[in-house]
Amino acid sequence: MAEAATHQEFDPLATGGTRRRITSKGIVYGALGLFALIYLAPLMIILLNTLRPLDDIVRTGFIALPEAETMSLKYWAEAWGTFCIGGTCEGVSRFYKNSLMMTIPATVLSTMFGLLNGYILSKWRFRYDGVIFGLITLGVFMPQQMTLLPWAFVLGKLGLSNSIAGLVFVHTIQGISFTTLFCRNYFVSIPDDLIKAARIDGAGFWRIFRRIILPLSPPIVIVTVIWQFTGIWNEFLFGTVFTSGANQPITSAIVAFSGSGTGERHYNVEAAAVIMAAIPPLIIYVLGGKYFVRGLTQGAVK
Amino acid sequence: MSSLTIKDLRKSYGPVEVLTDINLEAESGEFIALVGPSGCGKSTLLSIIAGLESVTSGEVRIEERVVNNDAPKDRDIAMVFQSYALYPTMTVRENMTFGMECRNVPKPEQKETVERVADLLQIGPLLDRKPSQLSGGQRQRVAMGRALVRDPKLFLFDEPLSNLDAKLRIEMRSEIKKLHQRVGKTTVYVTHDQVEAMTLASRIAVMFKGVLQQYDTPKEIYERPRNKFVAGFMGSPTMNFLDAKVVADGDGLGLTIDGGDGGVLPLPTEKAAGVKPGQAVIFGVRPEHFNPVHAHRGDPTARLKVLVDMVEPTGSETILMSSVAGQSVVASVEPDDAPREGEAVELAINMAKICLFDPATELRIS
Repeated sequence: MAEAATHQEFDPLATGGTRRRITSKGIVYGALGLFALIYLAPLMIILLNTLRPLDDIVRTGFIALPEAETMSLKYWAEAWGTFCIGGTCEGVSRFYKNSLMMTIPATVLSTMFGLLNGYILSKWRFRYDGVIFGLITLGVFMPQQMTLLPWAFVLGKLGLSNSIAGLVFVHTIQGISFTTLFCRNYFVSIPDDLIKAARIDGAGFWRIFRRIILPLSPPIVIVTVIWQFTGIWNEFLFGTVFTSGANQPITSAIVAFSGSGTGERHYNVEAAAVIMAAIPPLIIYVLGGKYFVRGLTQGAVK
Repeated sequence: MSSLTIKDLRKSYGPVEVLTDINLEAESGEFIALVGPSGCGKSTLLSIIAGLESVTSGEVRIEERVVNNDAPKDRDIAMVFQSYALYPTMTVRENMTFGMECRNVPKPEQKETVERVADLLQIGPLLDRKPSQLSGGQRQRVAMGRALVRDPKLFLFDEPLSNLDAKLRIEMRSEIKKLHQRVGKTTVYVTHDQVEAMTLASRIAVMFKGVLQQYDTPKEIYERPRNKFVAGFMGSPTMNFLDAKVVADGDGLGLTIDGGDGGVLPLPTEKAAGVKPGQAVIFGVRPEHFNPVHAHRGDPTARLKVLVDMVEPTGSETILMSSVAGQSVVASVEPDDAPREGEAVELAINMAKICLFDPATELRIS
């Protein structure tokens, strides 16, 4: 409701004298700034290395500023389109495409199933629904490597081995545990009276889902999309084990860089490829990050 | 014609029986209040009528049709929830049209109905707002509006006023009453507030522990409660219950308060029927049937000497918290007649209005 703020939970002005305030502010900014520096230093170093020619990196080491006259963006272009990996000189672009083809459908599908599961488990209760919810969320705690062999078997039987479709399938199923957990816990806070009112109004299962539940869902959809997108994009084990050659997602392909034959390590190209690989999750975070924490901590309806 | 009939209804959750043998019926256009303390099963009963909960055994009929196994949408009912249950992402107009949309009512008719109901409830200016932009009273109106667009056989209200502040509650109460007079639909209204039940209902069903205690007009319930629970639940301050004994008093019978000074309160003949001398009874008197003796309003021959422990002036009346022989007596008197704290006074009792209960069964004898 639109209420003017008439009180403040914590008033930083009420914590003592000016000197104390300056000292404490100094400590807070100093400590947090230091941590930020530690976290961001690797990104900085990698970013700078994408601009440096190889001989410069070999000569002056990994940690140095690029020189103005040799600085160039061509290593980005090389990493994207012409670098040779495993005998094919097409750079990371095709693996990039693989990753998108895998991540987008798997994110969309697992989110949709999660919403539906959460809706049923929170609003259409049935006998032993708690047990079933418990079993679904067990998947959250299951170590990935434990599922490798069963998945290999299933993919083989379905004829989806070494294919992007196979990875979409695996990631969708694996992701349902998380998305169901998130959505169910979010939907529990939607008052049951809304569902009752809608049932009296004559709405059925799907209409209630579409007209009442989904319009309340954006915060949790953003949470699951961020979670699933970054998780699936960054995933490495399944990609490496279940695909090879041209069908690998970018995470697995980048590893193939180091063993790409010529004997010489192209640090600058590798750095550019790594940053490219990190961009999509970063975009998702920047766009949805504001809602991420909010969606995780806030109920559906105040 | 009765528009709602409930016959031998039982509801249990596993081994726990929450409703036992409920029998109720409502004439067309009647306003029925289900009243009782929390946990008495009144809301469960309403949910069963709405079809939101299943029936364990027995029958629910709406206009002679058994609806036990009908979905809520097929029962032709409308319900107002305690939480209002307005759809938060829809505007007021969408909230009101949602049901018609589900029933495939044509668009022009939807628009017409919404405008008619919005006029009736004076919520026209709110139609394009979201529920979060409304005040409590406005939400309440919208919730009623959503029910009214339906033109149902039965209106169900589940404690609709309990989220409002005291002043607004009284306003909305009379509005609901006015609305019912205008619309004239059979209404079932759940409340824990006995004043709401008394003011609104044409008949009140008092419930306790899953059992229907009494189903009658407000006047009957108030004046002739079937048992001690009903007598104590209806009325505020609550009825006084004093342990007493029936004694012979001249030609007729009288009462003496247990542990009192032995003074005899003569029983009017119609109250003396059904009791005999020596019998122990519970003597029930409502606070407003006491009067300081000099006021000459009650029967001056029935006098009770009490010690006033505390005085609570409310403005329109003054409540005396007093005691006689260790049993507490609450009396409400005219502020000008009120004695002071610590005083011993004689109160006259209007014996025509008293109730006698059996101490064992707690049923009213007379």
